[in-house]
Amino acid sequence: MNINDLLKIGPYSFKKTEKEKLFNTYLNELTIHHYTHCEPYRKIITSINFDEKKKYFISDIPFLPVQLFKTNKLISTSTLNTVKILSSSGTSGQKKTQVYLDKETSANQSKVLAKITSSFFGNTRSPMIIIDSQKIISNRNQISARAAGVIGFSLLGVKPTYILNEDLGLNIDLLKDLLIKHQEERIVIFGFTFMVYQYFYKALVKLNLKPNLSNAVLIHGGGWKKLEKESVLQEEFKNKLFEIAGIRNIFDYYGMAEQTGSIFMQCEFGNYHASIFSDIIIRRALDFSIADVGEEGIIQVLSLLPKSYPGHSLLTEDKGILLGEDSCSCNRLGKYFKITGRIENVELRGCSDSYE
Amino acid sequence: MIAMSEQLQNIEFVFAQDLDLNNFDQLQKEEPFSEKAISFLNTLAIHLKNDPRANNFPEILTFAFFCRKANLLHLAKTYYPEKNRRIGRGVVFHITPSNMPMNFAYSLVSGILSGNLNIVRLPSKQFKQIDIICDSIKSISKQLEFRSYTKRILIVRYDKEGAATAYFSARCDARMIWGGDQTVQQIKKNAIPDRSIDITFADKYSICIINADTYIHESYPERLAQLFFNDTFLFDQNACTSPHLIVWLGSNDNVLNSKKIFWNNLYDLTKKRYKLQPHAAIDKLVSFYEQVIHLNNMRLTAMPDNLIWRIELNELTKEIEKFRCNCGYFVEYTASSLLDLSVIISKKHQTIACYGVENKDWNEFNLRNNLNVIDRLKPIGKTSEFSLTWDGFNLIDELSMPL
Repeated sequence: MNINDLLKIGPYSFKKTEKEKLFNTYLNELTIHHYTHCEPYRKIITSINFDEKKKYFISDIPFLPVQLFKTNKLISTSTLNTVKILSSSGTSGQKKTQVYLDKETSANQSKVLAKITSSFFGNTRSPMIIIDSQKIISNRNQISARAAGVIGFSLLGVKPTYILNEDLGLNIDLLKDLLIKHQEERIVIFGFTFMVYQYFYKALVKLNLKPNLSNAVLIHGGGWKKLEKESVLQEEFKNKLFEIAGIRNIFDYYGMAEQTGSIFMQCEFGNYHASIFSDIIIRRALDFSIADVGEEGIIQVLSLLPKSYPGHSLLTEDKGILLGEDSCSCNRLGKYFKITGRIENVELRGCSDSYE
Repeated sequence: MIAMSEQLQNIEFVFAQDLDLNNFDQLQKEEPFSEKAISFLNTLAIHLKNDPRANNFPEILTFAFFCRKANLLHLAKTYYPEKNRRIGRGVVFHITPSNMPMNFAYSLVSGILSGNLNIVRLPSKQFKQIDIICDSIKSISKQLEFRSYTKRILIVRYDKEGAATAYFSARCDARMIWGGDQTVQQIKKNAIPDRSIDITFADKYSICIINADTYIHESYPERLAQLFFNDTFLFDQNACTSPHLIVWLGSNDNVLNSKKIFWNNLYDLTKKRYKLQPHAAIDKLVSFYEQVIHLNNMRLTAMPDNLIWRIELNELTKEIEKFRCNCGYFVEYTASSLLDLSVIISKKHQTIACYGVENKDWNEFNLRNNLNVIDRLKPIGKTSEFSLTWDGFNLIDELSMPL
């Protein structure tokens, strides 16, 4: 498979039948690739009677729960070829996710990320503000998912400016300079949702500053979990950023460390979209069968990019609802969906207390 | 007035009569099975039986049944033969698991029957069952007859992180720690006096043995499924007594047919009565894949959905303990005899739920393995039933001293 061929066409340009054809071919190729090169993966899919001679339909491709990346070294290339290890932030005490990347997979991730985002904001390389500190990208061999996101997005802009100091305080002078310098230009702002809220929005409120960023586009991702704790929901988040800085164009994306690059962007109608590089299946918890359109279930994500690790078909811990395919009002083709939250790990009965 | 140290802030005193913490340990310890203790528990039993709210909780009625005078006198014969006079250790501090509403009550009873003063830490989560029992104790404490006796009981509730654990630990003569390995480790960070003892209930790997040669002739096989359900799904298969491994004995044909009958019955029941949490479905998949990566010689048995997962082992190894899940995740093994279990039955205490296996069948096993498993045997359906011997501890003896 050559991702470069796909990079030549629009990322939302395949109708259901075309996309199925593409994914049936490539996902089977990837499954065989990982089956051949990753022993734990081979053991896993052998245990559910995988037949290497058979061609599987997309929804029959085995899926790995993302948790396995926390407890196992899952790698489909020789360790010598890995250029970096991506690890999730992981809260205290919990094991971290580890994703092994080689040059090819890593390069494809960057290219696809650029392709997807530029289809939203055009190809003109705009000045870019990153709501984070440059410090987090200092070690490039072992990087956090947040750093990976920052690096990926920083490639989209001309000379990205990191707007937070090392202590994550907002660098006001820098922000003011940028606003003067790029008065008439469109600025692209990127940051993790929580960082945007905590260290940009809140800092502006505290300083009583209202910069004029009405020309800016804000792309953010990384989940709502932390903000839900502060009871900030998506609509409110958008309203707040509009009020304080006049930002109207705000796009969230759904993505994860285990499938960097092939992110699911949110369109202007608030729906998340699978591109030609990724797909989504909503499954029922009761039997992992495929949920109907409109029915909430567990999100399975598929991506054509993971080659150095077996991450092309993953069962997440997120809940979502498939809204439709090829029919969103934004005219992008492919499946579109919404995310409804995390699958809560409820406390069980029984006498073994859990400390998590 | 009560002297409240900082460690005692944020404690809810659920039951504390004339609270006087400084002098709590000055109260008299008693002989096990004292007349007053038996009379108090019997009154509690009657009180609970008459509380209309208790009717909704069969486990409360079971508890009341346990506390009847007749049962306690019967237990006294076994656990406190008259010639060996003993006396309670003093103050017993009970730390009960966060998600088992009835555990605190049985722990308290063992402390009362062994002649001690008791401080019970309740789960921080609220349970109706706990309210009902504590309400009963409260109203009994108002009866003149028990007024001074109930001063011996202190029931508290506070957050896991609360500093009160350190306070009570420093002042107890015995500490009962329920809740598994992690809780035990956490709690043990709080020192107890040198002469005090800890009784700890660690994680266990419990198993179930079914003799197919007997089962195949069972006239009501669905009854066994019901009993097994009570041992497992009733506690999300997360009680220390809930089996994770099912061992089949008997002829090949009988095992094959028995499995069919047993799992079909259990599945029907689970389908009707158990609500699978979405996260449990993912956990089972994760557990199975972890097991596949690390162990050989096993395969998945197809089931209609994620309610019950069955993993068939062709080889029994010690490592099996590490690959457990809950909410209906079972590993199966067909053994040629009980002796096959030598590999996995260790000194680590397990509950062994049995069907169609007689105590005498274990004799050879015990001899060969230098173990005595008899006190861990339970009929299927009775694994969670409380006994004054728990995890191999004779609680009366542990919580008292010879006079």
